[in-house]
This record gives sequence, structure tokens and C-alpha cells, in this order.
Amino acid sequence: MQSFVEWEALGNILLYGLLVGAGLPTLFAIGVRIMAGPGAKDESGKVTPGRLVLAWLCFGICLVAILGAVAYIAAGGH
Amino acid sequence: MWSGEHIPTLRKSRPPPPHADSSPVVHLSVTIVGVTEPILLVLVVTTALAFDFTNGFHDTGNAMATSIATRALKPKTAVLLSASLNMAGAFLSLTVAATIATGIVDADIVTLEVVLAGLAGGIIWNLITWLFGIPSSSSHALIGGVVGAALAAAGSEGVLWSGLTSKVLIPALVAPVVAIAVATVGTWLVVRFTRDVEQKDNDKMFRWGQIGSASLVSLAHGTNDAQKSMGIILLALIAAGAVPSDSSVPFWVIFSCALAMALGTYMGGWRVIRTLGKGLVELESRQGMAAETSSAAVILLSSHFGYSLSTTHVATGSILGSGVGMKGASVRWGVAGRMFSAWLITVPSAAAVGAAAYFLDQLVGGAAGSYVVFGVLVVISAGIFAWSRRNPVNPHNVNDDWDPAEESEAFVAESVATHRPETMTVKTKRLRRAKKALAEREAAATLGAEATSTATEVVDPPDRADAGATDTPSTPTDENGK
Repeated sequence: MQSFVEWEALGNILLYGLLVGAGLPTLFAIGVRIMAGPGAKDESGKVTPGRLVLAWLCFGICLVAILGAVAYIAAGGH
Repeated sequence: MWSGEHIPTLRKSRPPPPHADSSPVVHLSVTIVGVTEPILLVLVVTTALAFDFTNGFHDTGNAMATSIATRALKPKTAVLLSASLNMAGAFLSLTVAATIATGIVDADIVTLEVVLAGLAGGIIWNLITWLFGIPSSSSHALIGGVVGAALAAAGSEGVLWSGLTSKVLIPALVAPVVAIAVATVGTWLVVRFTRDVEQKDNDKMFRWGQIGSASLVSLAHGTNDAQKSMGIILLALIAAGAVPSDSSVPFWVIFSCALAMALGTYMGGWRVIRTLGKGLVELESRQGMAAETSSAAVILLSSHFGYSLSTTHVATGSILGSGVGMKGASVRWGVAGRMFSAWLITVPSAAAVGAAAYFLDQLVGGAAGSYVVFGVLVVISAGIFAWSRRNPVNPHNVNDDWDPAEESEAFVAESVATHRPETMTVKTKRLRRAKKALAEREAAATLGAEATSTATEVVDPPDRADAGATDTPSTPTDENGK
């Protein structure tokens, strides 16, 4: 009698799903907050270079993740 | 690329009936007959392409509904983007899973007639659910159709029931749960981190994130689903002897499948898009972005871990989750419930159509049977299309407000919400205090003291009574009661 639910696969999907599927939007949100959150703009109304670098680091990781996923699809993992 | 050892075993003939001579010679002779049935082959290929078209058409919403609903993309732009990505996705990876319902029906009984009947079941179920604007899984519809045809062809032994349960029915229940969980957490975190960012900055930036993640879902869909149709057509070609059994997918098959799906996507299943984007949850771009990323992650991970979940179920679950995770967003569970029930009956309904198609085929008999099935399929599809014209959904009205009349409980919820949202959330403490005050006043009323003046307050809603209890003359009574 085989198991009707593949618990191990399911657990993995949930775990990594939370990590990636919830983690990346959070990272993106942190990027948005750094760039446009309270205190992001100095007196001249510009975002400081430090914040810009940090924010783009967050966005960059998200972008790399998307490109990675495209590469994964192309490699036939799907 | 396609390689020889992955060629599945598709019998080149229908199974010999129990009383017939089942020597290999029969197979050989029927194989030769197969080559001489070019019209049946053309019918199967056409039907497979038609299924591919309904697949693209039906599933556009999975990827693009949120982007359309949050106006990150104009409706037409969204379907154009999705169609191009579906097309690109179809060419991107050619490790075709050329198996129809492997492990679900007995591979030995899958003949061209069974495939044709199965496709008919899949197409008709796709069109019916589209008519009602219900997102339902195209692959489940196809599997259901093939299962029904297999049942009709070989009885209950033709179906591997444990495979059907563990690979199709249970994942249909599991997929939305996983997606709801991931999207809820994602949305909650996103909203938490961006709650003090100005709404226009949020919208501006999250729209880009949303487009990125939605594109990924489209691409994955193109790769995944176009290959199902390619697989079916290749199997049909091999079965009919038109190509050798170790053939790779001919270019025209790849191209026509990619094109059929892209065209279907571009036509846009506006009814389904509307339900997903407007019917379940009123979405803003932060939720849309979290929902699409959750969809993309769960879809890709599920195929990575070899436990395929349906794109439709995952996308719908993610959208629901984005409503659960956002404080103050109302989820129309009535709409969601209708959807879940549609998923549960997808396989049996498509199976019923598939079985009916197969019986029709056998009843008429021979090549003519397949023509009749094809003809009936065309007529029914045209009928459903004509019916849909009665209240068309198109790019112009896809984003209209969800008609409350479509959902009576939602109408109540919304009328309260637009009126005074704070009455919807009653704190336990306040409720308890209000109840106590009410009980005391009732007790006072039965005693007959100032019965007329308190009676009016008794019918007040709890929060009014509570407000009264804290800063109006009723406070003393409250205090005295203690």
C-alpha cells in the first residue's frame, strides 16, 4: 500500500516555498522601504547613495533569482 | 532534447478484445492500418492543438489576473506579454514529458480513439468552466477525459486508481493549502515592511516586481503545458506510423503547439481573469507581487521535488493567501468555495464527457465514429461560445467592480465594510463589557425602574452600548453594578 500523500516532497515544497516564495517578496519589500520609506530622503529630497546601494542590492538579488529560475526552466528542470 | 529511451510505450492499436486472437500479428496488421488512417491522425492532431488553445486561453489568468486587476499592466498588454512568454517558454525547454496520464491509466489501452475522446472531454470541460469564469486545471481536465475514455474502453481495470488518487485528486486539495500558506506569510511580511511607505511609491515599485514574477509564471506555464500537447501529438504520430518511434519532436509540432497556446493566451480568458483578479480578493500591487512570487516559487519547487501541483490550483491559492495575509482585505470565500467544488468535480465531469465521446465513437464505429466525435465537439464548442456572447467579458469590462449581486453574503459584508469598517472588528474585551452592561440594564428593566429609558439602549449595537458604558450616564450604573 503506497502512501497517498508524499509528505517528504510536500514538506520540502512548503519549506523552500516559504523561504523563496515569501522570502523574496520580503526582500523586495525591504528594498522598497530602504528606498522610499520614512527618512529615505534627505533635506534636498534625494535618496542617499548608501540607501540606493542597499536597495538595489535587494532588488538585484530578486532579479538574479528570476534569471536563475529562467535558467532552471531552460535547463529542463521543469 | 528528446531522446530515444524516453519514448513511452503507446500501443499502435486498440487492445484486442478478450475473445480475439491477441498474437503479435494483430498488432502488426493494425499498425499498418494505422498508417492508412491519415484522417484520424489529422483529427487527433487538430483536437490536440484545439486543447492547447483552450489551455492557453483558460490559464492566462493564472499568470496575469493580478497584474491586470492592480493595473500594473493594461489588459491587452498583459495578455500580449503572457502570450509571448508562453511562446518563448514552449521553445525554451524541449525535454518533453510525452506521456499522457502515465501511472494513471493503463498505458496499454491508450489508443488514438481514447486520446481523441480524452481530448474532447478536456476541451469541453475547459470551455464550460470558462463559461462560468471558474479557473480549473487544464491538465486535470485532460487527465479526466483520458480516464473516462479509458474506463469506457477497458472498464475499471484500465485506470490505476491509486495513481489517480495520489497524483491527481489529493494534490488538488494540497496545492491551494500550500499556496495559501506561502502567500499569506509573504503578503503579511511585505505589508509589514512597507506599511509606512507612501502608497504611490509602493504601487510604483511593486508593479515592477509583479510584472517580473507574473512573467515567470507565464514562462513556466508555456514550458510545462505546451509540452503536454506536443507529447500527445508526437504519440499520435508514432502510433499512426507517421514518424519512427525514436523520432524527436518535429519542428512543426513545436511551432504549432507554441502558436496555438500563444493565440489562446492572447485571446485571453477574460472570464477567468475577472474571477481571479476581482472575484476573490480586491488586490493591490503589494499583494499581487507576493501572490505571483508565491505561485512561481511553489510551481517550480513542486516540479523540482517531483510532486507536480497544478498551476491553476497554486495560482488561485496564492491569490487567496494574499487576501488572508493582508489586514483589512476581504476574501470572498463564497467564490473560493464554488471554485474548490469545481476542482473536485473536474476529473469526474471531464471523465463523463470523455467516456461519452468514446461510446459515441464506438457506437458509430470505425473511422466514421471519430469524425462524428470531432463534429459533435465542434458543435458543442460553438454552442458554448455562442452562449458566452450573452454576457461577454472583455478587456474593457474585465476590471469592473465585482457585482455584489453575484454573491449575496459578499454584498452584506461589503455594504457593512463601506459603511463603517470599524463595526466589523469587535474586541472581545469591549464585547464582554457591553454584554455585561446590557445584562445589567435588562435586569434593571425587569425590576421596572426607568424601564422606558433603558429599553431604547438595549437594542443598540454592542459598540454603541459600550461607548455608552464608558463615557455617558450609564457608566455609573455599570460601576454601581460592581
